[in-house]
Amino acid sequence: MTPFIRIQNISKKFGKLLAVDDVSFNLERGELFSLLGPSGCGKTTLLRMLAGFEKPSEGYIEIDGQDMANVDPADRPVNIMFQSYALFPHMSVSNNIAYGLKRASLPSDEIKARVEELLRLVHLSGMGARKPSTLSGGQRQRVALARALARRPKLLLLDEPLAALDKKLRSETQFELVNIQEQLGTTFIVVTHDQEEAMTLSTRIGVMDNGKLVQTGTPNEIYEKPETRFVADFVGDISFLEATVIQRAGKYWLMKAATLIHATGSSTLTSGMKVSLAIRPEKITLTSQPTGQLNEFPVEIEDWAFYGAGTQYKVIGPDGIKLKVYQSHNQPSQANPRQLETGFVHFSPDATFILEG
Amino acid sequence: MHSFLQKFGRLLVIWLPLGWLGIFFMLPLVEMVNVSLSEARRAVPPYNPAFQIGKDGISFQPAVDNYLLIYEYWEDYLWPAVNSVRLAFFSTLYCLLFAYPMAWWIARSNKSLQHILLVLILMPFWTSSLLRMYALIGLLNPNGVINDFLIWAGITVTPIQMMQTDFSIYSGMILTYLPLMILPLYASLVRLDNSVLEAAADLGAKNWDIFRTIILPLSMPGVIAGCLLVFIPAVGEFVIPALLGGPEQLMLGKVIWTEFFRNRDWPVAAAIAIILIAIIILPIVYARYQDKESIS
Repeated sequence: MTPFIRIQNISKKFGKLLAVDDVSFNLERGELFSLLGPSGCGKTTLLRMLAGFEKPSEGYIEIDGQDMANVDPADRPVNIMFQSYALFPHMSVSNNIAYGLKRASLPSDEIKARVEELLRLVHLSGMGARKPSTLSGGQRQRVALARALARRPKLLLLDEPLAALDKKLRSETQFELVNIQEQLGTTFIVVTHDQEEAMTLSTRIGVMDNGKLVQTGTPNEIYEKPETRFVADFVGDISFLEATVIQRAGKYWLMKAATLIHATGSSTLTSGMKVSLAIRPEKITLTSQPTGQLNEFPVEIEDWAFYGAGTQYKVIGPDGIKLKVYQSHNQPSQANPRQLETGFVHFSPDATFILEG
Repeated sequence: MHSFLQKFGRLLVIWLPLGWLGIFFMLPLVEMVNVSLSEARRAVPPYNPAFQIGKDGISFQPAVDNYLLIYEYWEDYLWPAVNSVRLAFFSTLYCLLFAYPMAWWIARSNKSLQHILLVLILMPFWTSSLLRMYALIGLLNPNGVINDFLIWAGITVTPIQMMQTDFSIYSGMILTYLPLMILPLYASLVRLDNSVLEAAADLGAKNWDIFRTIILPLSMPGVIAGCLLVFIPAVGEFVIPALLGGPEQLMLGKVIWTEFFRNRDWPVAAAIAIILIAIIILPIVYARYQDKESIS
């Protein structure tokens, strides 16, 4: 069975600049896929090629078995929600939503019914007569969503859908967006630079760097099993330790990074190999006294920041190795480490991962 | 001291132009109304002011005779008035049709090219309008550049009559007033967000549809401003029809000139001018009304 959406070896050149570099991936019907990457990584260009605003320099896009190469934006079964929302300022909310339906020459009573239905879907019933300029940011975002959904696209593209909202509204809207997506079963591609947003929204994430798609996987896979240093660093917080492999020690590998550390690693490692050892801050435990566990060493606390639900520390270990440590406030701690200047950290070898090179 | 200067500066910014307008615009206008309500006489000045401050104190004896005279001979003034409005209307329309694509093209060019193009648009203002009209005559004359070329190229044997036609008048009007139309159109088109146009295309709108439903309504303030800027001076235009038009092109501006300088009947001339101003104000009021309508 052919996939619902097929993106094959897509590249885009602007003059000499290679904005999108040989990207391929497939989507199944009903997926919520995020393209995650820093600004300028080519994710928006890729989105614009899917919408039809840019022509790929090379490659092939197929939606539901239909080649998109010579299809105008107006004729694609694809709609886009712009980062700026791009609402029509001279039209009422209802007319904004009805715009795409009117282009499709639907009978007016059907348009009316569909607009009402969409207004209900995005919780804006009764606001149809308002002008966009009289709405709040969150309401505008929902009008933009309703307008983009009106033509029942096979694929909905969302360019930084939550970037313009404040933090509290953002997390509410995230769940709302997922709700609507599940209700309608439309395939979504979301472009975002916000890894938290990508994590909470998506069924799968594609991480982009420098025009290339460097890794695709479920949010869990991307977070727990990053394949490159870039992905590990970009998604979530992480500390890297430069280490040298010493030898196999039972289940784990013994390696030296200022102090001796047990870590997990593939069997392809050999003694003397230089590797980057990565560990997430929340996998490290900070204590005031040594506990005698594996991978424990003394640290100096350089800095800390209170986050409400937890505290993030910057600590310095032997030989000046730097680690980030996150302590959730629900853990019963022996002492209040925030008043400490020195302490001990330990972490399980299973929590580490090795990125070669 | 600082805040005093600030306050003073702010007052200056408001009152200086207001004072200027009061002295050089409102006062002459009031004087014009005064003249239009006065009786004509053979003296200097050639009228007996309706409102005057003299030895006998303030007196105000308005005479509506001049307006009644115009009313009585309305047929003599109707044709020039209709002609003026017709000329202004079509000049405005042609300017709009020429200016819109130009303004669109400028607004969609890259920034550095935009500046060059705008300077080029404004360039004609640096030469006298009279000179430009004579240049146009040089082009359109029976033995002018265009006819010389057409005869040389064998397209016509005898020169084509272009002077003293509607064509020559509208050429002169467009040449003079086009920048006044382009600039406000450009200003409203350049603010158009490209993603709004893309959103329309994405929702299934083809080019003409995008223009009709998005670009035109969003540039309406520019269209209205440009039309007013062209229509208002075009109604009272007197030099261009006189130079480029035929003798049958009787404009209200020409009538006023004749009353003032040939008949030396200042009050009647002033009364016609006041009526002309009323004609001009009507479309503005209408446009303002439309504007308010579209906002609410």
